[in-house]
Amino acid sequence: MNAFEQLAQTFFDWEAMAAVLPNLLTVGLPNTLILALASGIIGTVLGMVLAIMGISRNRALRWAARVYTDIFRGVPAVVIILLIGIGLGPIFRQLTGSTSPFPMGILALSLMAAAYIGEIFRSGIQSVEKGQLEASRALGFSYRSSMQLVVVPQGVRRVLPALVNQFIALIKESSLIYFLGLVASERELFRVGNDAASTTGNLSPLIAAAVLYLCLTIPLTHLVNFIDHRLRMGKKEKPEPDELAARIGEGAKA
Amino acid sequence: MKTIESGTLTGKNLHLSFGSNHVLRGIDLHVERGTTASVIGPSGSGKSTLLRVLNRLIEPDQGDILLDGRSVLKDNPDELRRRIGMVFQQFNLFPHKTVVDNVSLALRKLRKMPADEARDKALAQLDLVGLKHKADVRPGNLSGGQQQRVAIARALAMDPEVMFFDEATSALDPELVKGVLALMADLAAAGMTMVVVTHEMGFSRNVSDTVTFMDGGVVVESGPPAAIFDNPQTPRLKSFLSDVL
Repeated sequence: MNAFEQLAQTFFDWEAMAAVLPNLLTVGLPNTLILALASGIIGTVLGMVLAIMGISRNRALRWAARVYTDIFRGVPAVVIILLIGIGLGPIFRQLTGSTSPFPMGILALSLMAAAYIGEIFRSGIQSVEKGQLEASRALGFSYRSSMQLVVVPQGVRRVLPALVNQFIALIKESSLIYFLGLVASERELFRVGNDAASTTGNLSPLIAAAVLYLCLTIPLTHLVNFIDHRLRMGKKEKPEPDELAARIGEGAKA
Repeated sequence: MKTIESGTLTGKNLHLSFGSNHVLRGIDLHVERGTTASVIGPSGSGKSTLLRVLNRLIEPDQGDILLDGRSVLKDNPDELRRRIGMVFQQFNLFPHKTVVDNVSLALRKLRKMPADEARDKALAQLDLVGLKHKADVRPGNLSGGQQQRVAIARALAMDPEVMFFDEATSALDPELVKGVLALMADLAAAGMTMVVVTHEMGFSRNVSDTVTFMDGGVVVESGPPAAIFDNPQTPRLKSFLSDVL
Protein backbone atom coordinates (compact mmCIF):
# COMPACT_ATOMS: atom_id res chain seq x y z
CA MET A 1 0.00 0.00 0.00
CA ASN A 2 1.57 3.28 -0.96
CA ALA A 3 1.32 6.46 1.06
CA PHE A 4 -1.50 7.89 -1.02
CA GLU A 5 -3.65 4.82 -0.62
CA GLN A 6 -2.98 4.84 3.10
CA LEU A 7 -4.12 8.47 3.39
CA ALA A 8 -7.25 7.74 1.36
CA GLN A 9 -7.94 4.76 3.60
CA THR A 10 -7.52 6.82 6.79
CA PHE A 11 -9.62 9.81 5.81
CA PHE A 12 -11.90 8.75 2.99
CA ASP A 13 -13.06 5.25 3.75
CA TRP A 14 -16.47 5.52 2.14
CA GLU A 15 -17.80 2.41 3.82
CA ALA A 16 -16.91 3.69 7.27
CA MET A 17 -18.59 6.99 6.42
CA ALA A 18 -21.72 5.31 5.11
CA ALA A 19 -21.90 3.25 8.29
CA VAL A 20 -21.91 6.27 10.57
CA LEU A 21 -24.00 8.58 8.39
CA PRO A 22 -27.48 7.46 9.58
CA ASN A 23 -26.44 8.01 13.18
CA LEU A 24 -24.88 11.40 12.33
CA LEU A 25 -28.06 12.55 10.60
CA THR A 26 -30.66 11.22 13.05
CA VAL A 27 -28.84 11.75 16.36
CA GLY A 28 -25.81 13.99 15.93
CA LEU A 29 -27.27 16.66 13.67
CA PRO A 30 -30.49 17.27 15.66
CA ASN A 31 -28.55 17.45 18.91
CA THR A 32 -26.03 19.90 17.50
CA LEU A 33 -28.88 22.04 16.17
CA ILE A 34 -30.72 21.99 19.51
CA LEU A 35 -27.58 23.05 21.38
CA ALA A 36 -26.62 25.79 18.92
CA LEU A 37 -30.13 27.18 18.38
CA ALA A 38 -31.12 27.21 22.06
CA SER A 39 -27.88 28.83 23.18
CA GLY A 40 -27.99 31.21 20.19
CA ILE A 41 -31.45 32.46 21.13
CA ILE A 42 -30.78 32.71 24.88
CA GLY A 43 -27.37 34.25 24.20
CA THR A 44 -28.92 36.91 21.94
CA VAL A 45 -31.52 37.88 24.53
CA LEU A 46 -28.96 38.02 27.35
CA GLY A 47 -26.53 39.81 25.03
CA MET A 48 -29.09 42.54 24.36
CA VAL A 49 -29.62 42.98 28.10
CA LEU A 50 -25.85 43.26 28.58
CA ALA A 51 -25.55 45.78 25.75
CA ILE A 52 -28.29 47.99 27.20
CA MET A 53 -26.62 47.75 30.61
CA GLY A 54 -23.27 48.55 29.02
CA ILE A 55 -24.49 51.87 27.60
CA SER A 56 -26.71 52.72 30.56
CA ARG A 57 -26.26 56.03 32.35
CA ASN A 58 -26.21 54.04 35.58
CA ARG A 59 -22.60 53.40 36.55
CA ALA A 60 -23.38 50.22 38.55
CA LEU A 61 -25.15 48.63 35.57
CA ARG A 62 -22.28 49.52 33.25
CA TRP A 63 -19.80 48.08 35.71
CA ALA A 64 -21.77 44.84 36.15
CA ALA A 65 -21.94 44.35 32.38
CA ARG A 66 -18.21 45.03 32.09
CA VAL A 67 -17.24 42.49 34.76
CA TYR A 68 -19.54 39.84 33.32
CA THR A 69 -18.18 40.36 29.81
CA ASP A 70 -14.56 40.27 30.93
CA ILE A 71 -15.05 37.01 32.81
CA PHE A 72 -17.05 35.09 30.24
CA ARG A 73 -14.96 36.23 27.31
CA GLY A 74 -11.68 35.67 29.10
CA VAL A 75 -12.05 32.09 30.30
CA PRO A 76 -11.71 29.13 27.89
CA ALA A 77 -15.03 27.69 26.79
CA VAL A 78 -14.23 24.23 28.05
CA VAL A 79 -13.52 25.54 31.55
CA ILE A 80 -16.89 27.30 31.73
CA ILE A 81 -18.69 24.25 30.36
CA LEU A 82 -17.08 22.01 32.95
CA LEU A 83 -17.59 24.41 35.84
CA ILE A 84 -21.26 25.01 35.05
CA GLY A 85 -22.08 21.54 33.74
CA ILE A 86 -20.42 19.60 36.53
CA GLY A 87 -20.79 22.23 39.23
CA LEU A 88 -24.47 23.10 38.75
CA GLY A 89 -25.49 19.78 37.20
CA PRO A 90 -26.25 17.99 40.49
CA ILE A 91 -28.31 20.91 41.81
CA PHE A 92 -30.29 20.98 38.58
CA ARG A 93 -30.80 17.22 38.86
CA GLN A 94 -32.15 17.54 42.41
CA LEU A 95 -34.52 20.30 41.41
CA THR A 96 -35.91 18.76 38.25
CA GLY A 97 -35.01 15.07 38.34
CA SER A 98 -33.58 15.37 34.84
CA THR A 99 -30.20 13.75 34.25
CA SER A 100 -29.67 15.30 30.84
CA PRO A 101 -26.51 17.43 30.60
CA PHE A 102 -28.16 19.53 27.88
CA PRO A 103 -29.76 22.24 30.05
CA MET A 104 -26.52 23.01 31.87
CA GLY A 105 -24.56 22.71 28.63
CA ILE A 106 -26.92 25.13 26.92
CA LEU A 107 -26.69 27.45 29.92
CA ALA A 108 -22.88 27.47 29.72
CA LEU A 109 -22.88 28.09 25.95
CA SER A 110 -25.52 30.83 26.31
CA LEU A 111 -23.64 32.64 29.06
CA MET A 112 -20.49 32.69 26.94
CA ALA A 113 -22.29 33.67 23.76
CA ALA A 114 -24.05 36.48 25.67
CA ALA A 115 -20.70 38.05 26.55
CA TYR A 116 -19.63 38.19 22.90
CA ILE A 117 -23.06 39.12 21.53
CA GLY A 118 -23.41 41.83 24.17
CA GLU A 119 -20.21 43.45 22.91
CA ILE A 120 -21.39 43.12 19.31
CA PHE A 121 -24.72 44.81 20.08
CA ARG A 122 -23.08 47.49 22.21
CA SER A 123 -20.66 48.48 19.46
CA GLY A 124 -23.52 48.55 16.94
CA ILE A 125 -25.77 50.67 19.12
CA GLN A 126 -22.94 53.07 19.94
CA SER A 127 -22.15 53.48 16.24
CA VAL A 128 -25.57 55.06 15.58
CA GLU A 129 -25.15 58.80 15.12
CA LYS A 130 -25.96 60.94 18.14
CA GLY A 131 -28.36 62.96 15.99
CA GLN A 132 -30.74 60.00 15.75
CA LEU A 133 -31.34 59.94 19.50
CA GLU A 134 -31.53 63.72 19.51
CA ALA A 135 -34.13 63.83 16.71
CA SER A 136 -36.23 61.21 18.43
CA ARG A 137 -36.06 63.01 21.77
CA ALA A 138 -36.92 66.28 20.02
CA LEU A 139 -40.12 64.68 18.69
CA GLY A 140 -41.10 63.95 22.27
CA PHE A 141 -40.06 60.32 22.69
CA SER A 142 -38.60 59.24 26.04
CA TYR A 143 -35.04 57.87 26.22
CA ARG A 144 -36.44 54.35 26.48
CA SER A 145 -38.78 54.67 23.47
CA SER A 146 -36.07 56.39 21.44
CA MET A 147 -33.68 53.51 22.05
CA GLN A 148 -36.38 50.95 21.31
CA LEU A 149 -37.79 52.53 18.15
CA VAL A 150 -34.86 54.36 16.61
CA VAL A 151 -31.40 53.62 17.96
CA VAL A 152 -31.35 49.88 18.76
CA PRO A 153 -32.97 48.71 15.47
CA GLN A 154 -30.35 50.63 13.49
CA GLY A 155 -27.50 49.42 15.69
CA VAL A 156 -28.57 45.78 15.42
CA ARG A 157 -28.86 46.00 11.64
CA ARG A 158 -25.27 47.20 11.39
CA VAL A 159 -23.87 44.27 13.35
CA LEU A 160 -25.90 41.45 11.78
CA PRO A 161 -22.80 40.06 10.03
CA ALA A 162 -20.88 39.90 13.31
CA LEU A 163 -23.91 38.31 14.96
CA VAL A 164 -24.09 35.56 12.34
CA ASN A 165 -20.37 34.93 12.85
CA GLN A 166 -21.15 34.38 16.50
CA PHE A 167 -23.79 31.79 15.58
CA ILE A 168 -21.19 29.99 13.47
CA ALA A 169 -18.86 29.92 16.46
CA LEU A 170 -21.70 28.51 18.60
CA ILE A 171 -22.33 25.65 16.17
CA LYS A 172 -18.68 24.68 16.48
CA GLU A 173 -18.42 25.23 20.23
CA SER A 174 -21.48 23.07 20.87
CA SER A 175 -19.14 20.10 20.31
CA LEU A 176 -17.46 20.86 23.64
CA ILE A 177 -20.55 19.65 25.46
CA TYR A 178 -19.13 16.14 25.09
CA PHE A 179 -16.98 16.93 28.15
CA LEU A 180 -20.12 16.62 30.26
CA GLY A 181 -20.62 12.98 29.32
CA LEU A 182 -23.40 12.16 26.90
CA VAL A 183 -25.48 8.97 26.68
CA ALA A 184 -25.93 7.57 23.17
CA SER A 185 -29.10 9.52 22.36
CA GLU A 186 -27.58 12.83 23.51
CA ARG A 187 -24.47 12.74 21.35
CA GLU A 188 -23.97 15.54 18.88
CA LEU A 189 -22.10 15.54 15.56
CA PHE A 190 -18.58 15.54 16.91
CA ARG A 191 -19.19 12.86 19.53
CA VAL A 192 -21.04 10.56 17.13
CA GLY A 193 -18.22 10.88 14.61
CA ASN A 194 -15.54 10.47 17.27
CA ASP A 195 -17.17 7.35 18.72
CA ALA A 196 -17.25 5.71 15.33
CA ALA A 197 -13.67 6.78 14.67
CA SER A 198 -12.38 5.30 17.89
CA THR A 199 -14.20 1.98 17.52
CA THR A 200 -13.01 1.48 13.94
CA GLY A 201 -9.59 3.12 14.31
CA ASN A 202 -10.36 5.06 11.14
CA LEU A 203 -10.81 8.84 10.93
CA SER A 204 -13.35 8.84 8.08
CA PRO A 205 -16.38 9.16 10.42
CA LEU A 206 -14.86 12.38 11.79
CA ILE A 207 -14.48 13.64 8.22
CA ALA A 208 -18.17 12.90 7.72
CA ALA A 209 -18.98 14.86 10.87
CA ALA A 210 -16.79 17.72 9.66
CA VAL A 211 -18.65 17.80 6.35
CA LEU A 212 -21.95 18.09 8.20
CA TYR A 213 -20.56 21.00 10.26
CA LEU A 214 -19.60 22.66 6.99
CA CYS A 215 -23.13 22.10 5.65
CA LEU A 216 -24.34 24.20 8.58
CA THR A 217 -21.62 26.85 8.67
CA ILE A 218 -20.85 27.55 5.01
CA PRO A 219 -24.39 28.74 4.15
CA LEU A 220 -24.20 30.99 7.21
CA THR A 221 -20.85 32.36 6.05
CA HIS A 222 -22.43 33.25 2.74
CA LEU A 223 -25.40 34.76 4.55
CA VAL A 224 -22.90 37.01 6.36
CA ASN A 225 -21.38 38.10 3.07
CA PHE A 226 -24.82 38.75 1.60
CA ILE A 227 -25.99 40.81 4.60
CA ASP A 228 -22.70 42.68 4.63
CA HIS A 229 -22.97 43.52 0.96
CA ARG A 230 -26.64 44.52 1.29
CA LEU A 231 -25.86 46.78 4.25
CA ARG A 232 -23.03 48.51 2.46
CA MET A 233 -24.71 48.91 -0.92
CA GLY A 234 -28.35 49.14 0.16
CA LYS A 235 -31.21 47.54 -1.68
CA LYS A 236 -30.90 48.03 -5.41
CA GLU A 237 -32.93 51.13 -6.00
CA LYS A 238 -32.23 53.88 -8.42
CA PRO A 239 -31.16 56.96 -6.48
CA GLU A 240 -33.41 59.88 -7.10
CA PRO A 241 -31.69 62.71 -8.94
CA ASP A 242 -31.89 66.08 -7.25
CA GLU A 243 -34.73 68.40 -8.12
CA LEU A 244 -32.43 70.59 -10.16
CA ALA A 245 -30.77 67.70 -11.98
CA ALA A 246 -34.24 66.41 -12.88
CA ARG A 247 -35.16 69.74 -14.37
CA ILE A 248 -31.95 69.79 -16.40
CA GLY A 249 -32.84 66.32 -17.64
CA GLU A 250 -36.27 67.48 -18.76
CA GLY A 251 -34.69 70.32 -20.69
CA ALA A 252 -32.57 67.86 -22.60
CA LYS A 253 -35.63 65.81 -23.52
CA ALA A 254 -37.60 68.82 -24.81
CA MET B 1 -51.30 76.17 4.79
CA LYS B 2 -53.87 75.61 7.50
CA THR B 3 -54.20 77.88 10.51
CA ILE B 4 -51.48 77.40 13.03
CA GLU B 5 -52.09 77.70 16.75
CA SER B 6 -48.70 78.94 17.66
CA GLY B 7 -47.40 80.10 21.01
CA THR B 8 -45.19 82.75 22.52
CA LEU B 9 -41.79 81.55 23.68
CA THR B 10 -39.57 83.27 26.22
CA GLY B 11 -36.16 82.34 27.56
CA LYS B 12 -35.07 84.26 30.66
CA ASN B 13 -31.51 84.59 31.92
CA LEU B 14 -30.49 81.13 30.67
CA HIS B 15 -27.17 79.80 31.89
CA LEU B 16 -25.41 76.59 30.95
CA SER B 17 -21.94 75.26 31.64
CA PHE B 18 -20.18 72.10 30.58
CA GLY B 19 -17.56 71.80 33.29
CA SER B 20 -15.53 75.01 33.19
CA ASN B 21 -16.90 75.88 29.74
CA HIS B 22 -19.57 78.52 30.23
CA VAL B 23 -21.60 78.07 27.02
CA LEU B 24 -24.60 80.27 27.81
CA ARG B 25 -24.08 83.26 30.07
CA GLY B 26 -27.51 84.67 30.77
CA ILE B 27 -29.49 84.62 27.53
CA ASP B 28 -32.80 86.44 27.17
CA LEU B 29 -34.91 85.72 24.12
CA HIS B 30 -38.54 86.61 23.54
CA VAL B 31 -40.41 85.34 20.49
CA GLU B 32 -43.93 86.73 20.16
CA ARG B 33 -46.69 84.44 18.89
CA GLY B 34 -46.61 84.06 15.12
CA THR B 35 -43.27 85.81 14.65
CA THR B 36 -39.90 84.57 13.49
CA ALA B 37 -36.75 85.22 15.47
CA SER B 38 -33.48 84.48 13.78
CA VAL B 39 -30.33 83.91 15.78
CA ILE B 40 -27.03 84.71 14.11
CA GLY B 41 -23.44 84.69 15.27
CA PRO B 42 -20.07 83.03 14.78
CA SER B 43 -19.59 79.27 15.27
CA GLY B 44 -19.26 78.33 18.90
CA SER B 45 -21.29 81.30 20.07
CA GLY B 46 -23.89 78.99 21.68
CA LYS B 47 -26.71 79.41 19.12
CA SER B 48 -27.41 75.71 18.62
CA THR B 49 -27.01 75.03 22.32
CA LEU B 50 -29.57 77.74 23.03
CA LEU B 51 -32.16 75.89 20.92
CA ARG B 52 -31.44 72.65 22.78
CA VAL B 53 -31.85 74.39 26.10
CA LEU B 54 -35.11 76.05 25.03
CA ASN B 55 -36.71 72.64 24.33
CA ARG B 56 -34.85 71.04 27.25
CA LEU B 57 -32.83 68.57 25.23
CA ILE B 58 -30.23 70.06 27.57
CA GLU B 59 -31.44 71.29 30.95
CA PRO B 60 -30.30 74.84 31.78
CA ASP B 61 -28.29 75.38 34.96
CA GLN B 62 -30.21 78.55 35.69
CA GLY B 63 -32.98 80.68 34.19
CA ASP B 64 -36.53 80.05 33.06
CA ILE B 65 -38.38 79.02 29.90
CA LEU B 66 -41.94 80.17 29.32
CA LEU B 67 -44.42 79.00 26.73
CA ASP B 68 -47.45 81.29 26.49
CA GLY B 69 -46.31 83.00 29.66
CA ARG B 70 -46.18 79.85 31.77
CA SER B 71 -42.93 78.30 32.99
CA VAL B 72 -42.36 74.87 31.49
CA LEU B 73 -39.36 73.86 33.58
CA LYS B 74 -41.50 71.74 35.88
CA ASP B 75 -43.34 70.03 33.00
CA ASN B 76 -42.39 66.60 31.71
CA PRO B 77 -39.68 67.48 29.14
CA ASP B 78 -40.94 64.84 26.70
CA GLU B 79 -44.35 66.48 26.68
CA LEU B 80 -42.79 69.92 26.24
CA ARG B 81 -40.86 68.73 23.19
CA ARG B 82 -44.06 67.44 21.57
CA ARG B 83 -45.14 71.11 21.46
CA ILE B 84 -41.92 72.31 19.85
CA GLY B 85 -40.85 71.01 16.43
CA MET B 86 -37.16 70.87 15.64
CA VAL B 87 -35.27 70.65 12.35
CA PHE B 88 -31.57 69.79 12.34
CA GLN B 89 -28.61 70.65 10.16
CA GLN B 90 -28.02 66.96 9.36
CA PHE B 91 -31.77 66.21 8.85
CA ASN B 92 -31.55 63.21 11.22
CA LEU B 93 -34.29 61.31 9.44
CA PHE B 94 -34.61 57.70 10.59
CA PRO B 95 -32.88 55.77 7.78
CA HIS B 96 -34.48 52.41 8.64
CA LYS B 97 -38.01 53.75 8.14
CA THR B 98 -39.75 54.93 5.00
CA VAL B 99 -40.43 58.62 4.47
CA VAL B 100 -44.09 58.33 5.49
CA ASP B 101 -43.18 56.26 8.57
CA ASN B 102 -40.68 58.94 9.57
CA VAL B 103 -43.51 61.45 9.55
CA SER B 104 -46.17 59.23 11.15
CA LEU B 105 -44.04 57.57 13.85
CA ALA B 106 -44.68 60.16 16.56
CA LEU B 107 -48.38 60.35 15.63
CA ARG B 108 -48.78 56.61 16.07
CA LYS B 109 -46.62 56.12 19.13
CA LEU B 110 -47.12 59.37 21.03
CA ARG B 111 -50.56 60.52 19.87
CA LYS B 112 -51.77 56.88 19.76
CA MET B 113 -53.37 57.62 16.40
CA PRO B 114 -54.59 54.55 14.45
CA ALA B 115 -52.13 53.54 11.73
CA ASP B 116 -54.29 54.50 8.74
CA GLU B 117 -55.27 57.86 10.23
CA ALA B 118 -51.61 58.61 11.03
CA ARG B 119 -50.60 57.64 7.51
CA ASP B 120 -53.25 59.94 6.01
CA LYS B 121 -52.11 62.82 8.15
CA ALA B 122 -48.47 62.12 7.29
CA LEU B 123 -49.30 62.01 3.57
CA ALA B 124 -51.12 65.34 3.84
CA GLN B 125 -48.09 66.79 5.61
CA LEU B 126 -45.76 65.43 2.92
CA ASP B 127 -48.04 66.93 0.29
CA LEU B 128 -47.48 70.34 1.87
CA VAL B 129 -43.74 70.01 1.35
CA GLY B 130 -44.23 68.61 -2.16
CA LEU B 131 -43.01 65.08 -1.44
CA LYS B 132 -46.14 62.96 -1.23
CA HIS B 133 -44.90 60.90 -4.18
CA LYS B 134 -41.83 59.88 -2.17
CA ALA B 135 -43.87 58.51 0.75
CA ASP B 136 -42.72 54.91 0.47
CA VAL B 137 -39.01 55.29 -0.27
CA ARG B 138 -36.23 55.33 2.29
CA PRO B 139 -34.70 58.71 3.18
CA GLY B 140 -31.33 57.53 1.84
CA ASN B 141 -32.76 57.66 -1.68
CA LEU B 142 -33.65 61.35 -1.42
CA SER B 143 -31.53 64.40 -2.10
CA GLY B 144 -30.47 66.56 0.85
CA GLY B 145 -33.09 69.16 0.06
CA GLN B 146 -35.83 66.55 -0.09
CA GLN B 147 -34.64 64.99 3.16
CA GLN B 148 -34.78 68.33 4.90
CA ARG B 149 -38.32 68.94 3.63
CA VAL B 150 -39.32 65.53 4.99
CA ALA B 151 -37.71 66.50 8.31
CA ILE B 152 -39.82 69.67 8.33
CA ALA B 153 -42.94 67.62 7.56
CA ARG B 154 -42.03 65.24 10.38
CA ALA B 155 -41.80 68.12 12.85
CA LEU B 156 -45.00 69.77 11.58
CA ALA B 157 -47.02 66.55 11.82
CA MET B 158 -47.14 66.92 15.60
CA ASP B 159 -48.87 70.33 15.23
CA PRO B 160 -46.16 72.16 17.17
CA GLU B 161 -46.75 75.60 18.66
CA VAL B 162 -43.16 76.64 17.94
CA MET B 163 -40.63 75.48 15.34
CA PHE B 164 -36.85 75.45 15.82
CA PHE B 165 -34.49 75.39 12.86
CA ASP B 166 -30.86 74.61 13.65
CA GLU B 167 -28.82 75.70 10.62
CA ALA B 168 -31.34 73.83 8.50
CA THR B 169 -29.68 74.68 5.19
CA SER B 170 -26.00 74.52 6.16
CA ALA B 171 -25.51 70.94 4.99
CA LEU B 172 -27.31 71.43 1.67
CA ASP B 173 -25.82 71.91 -1.76
CA PRO B 174 -26.24 75.54 -2.80
CA GLU B 175 -28.89 74.79 -5.43
CA LEU B 176 -31.08 73.01 -2.86
CA VAL B 177 -30.99 75.74 -0.23
CA LYS B 178 -33.62 77.88 -1.91
CA GLY B 179 -36.40 75.29 -1.77
CA VAL B 180 -35.96 74.75 1.95
CA LEU B 181 -35.73 78.47 2.71
CA ALA B 182 -38.91 79.07 0.67
CA LEU B 183 -40.70 76.45 2.72
CA MET B 184 -39.52 78.09 5.93
CA ALA B 185 -40.67 81.48 4.69
CA ASP B 186 -44.11 80.03 3.87
CA LEU B 187 -44.32 78.64 7.36
CA ALA B 188 -43.41 82.01 8.87
CA ALA B 189 -46.00 83.72 6.71
CA ALA B 190 -48.63 81.20 7.85
CA GLY B 191 -48.13 82.39 11.41
CA MET B 192 -45.82 79.81 12.94
CA THR B 193 -43.70 80.98 15.83
CA MET B 194 -40.16 80.17 14.75
CA VAL B 195 -36.65 80.36 16.14
CA VAL B 196 -34.17 80.08 13.28
CA VAL B 197 -30.46 79.65 13.89
CA THR B 198 -28.95 80.45 10.53
CA HIS B 199 -26.01 81.57 8.49
CA GLU B 200 -28.37 82.71 5.71
CA MET B 201 -28.23 86.46 6.20
CA GLY B 202 -30.70 87.03 3.37
CA PHE B 203 -33.32 84.91 5.10
CA SER B 204 -32.58 86.52 8.43
CA ARG B 205 -33.03 90.01 6.98
CA ASN B 206 -36.07 89.33 4.79
CA VAL B 207 -38.15 86.81 6.71
CA SER B 208 -37.49 87.31 10.40
CA ASP B 209 -39.24 89.83 12.62
CA THR B 210 -36.39 90.04 15.09
CA VAL B 211 -32.70 89.23 14.83
CA THR B 212 -30.55 88.21 17.78
CA PHE B 213 -26.78 88.36 17.47
CA MET B 214 -24.96 86.03 19.86
CA ASP B 215 -21.27 85.79 20.59
CA GLY B 216 -19.44 84.03 23.40
CA GLY B 217 -22.64 82.81 25.06
CA VAL B 218 -24.28 86.22 25.41
CA VAL B 219 -26.76 88.23 23.34
CA VAL B 220 -24.64 91.06 22.03
CA GLU B 221 -27.35 92.86 20.13
CA SER B 222 -30.95 92.23 19.11
CA GLY B 223 -33.68 94.09 17.28
CA PRO B 224 -35.58 94.29 14.01
CA PRO B 225 -33.60 93.18 10.93
CA ALA B 226 -33.22 96.70 9.58
CA ALA B 227 -31.58 97.92 12.78
CA ILE B 228 -29.27 94.93 13.05
CA PHE B 229 -28.11 94.80 9.44
CA ASP B 230 -28.16 98.49 8.47
CA ASN B 231 -27.29 100.10 11.73
CA PRO B 232 -25.20 97.79 13.92
CA GLN B 233 -24.21 99.38 17.22
CA THR B 234 -21.50 97.15 18.65
CA PRO B 235 -18.02 96.57 17.19
CA ARG B 236 -18.53 92.79 17.49
CA LEU B 237 -21.66 92.80 15.34
CA LYS B 238 -20.01 95.18 12.87
CA SER B 239 -17.02 92.92 12.45
CA PHE B 240 -19.24 89.80 12.20
CA LEU B 241 -21.37 91.40 9.50
CA SER B 242 -18.34 92.55 7.55
CA ASP B 243 -17.06 88.95 7.64
CA VAL B 244 -20.26 87.30 6.42
CA LEU B 245 -21.81 89.85 4.07
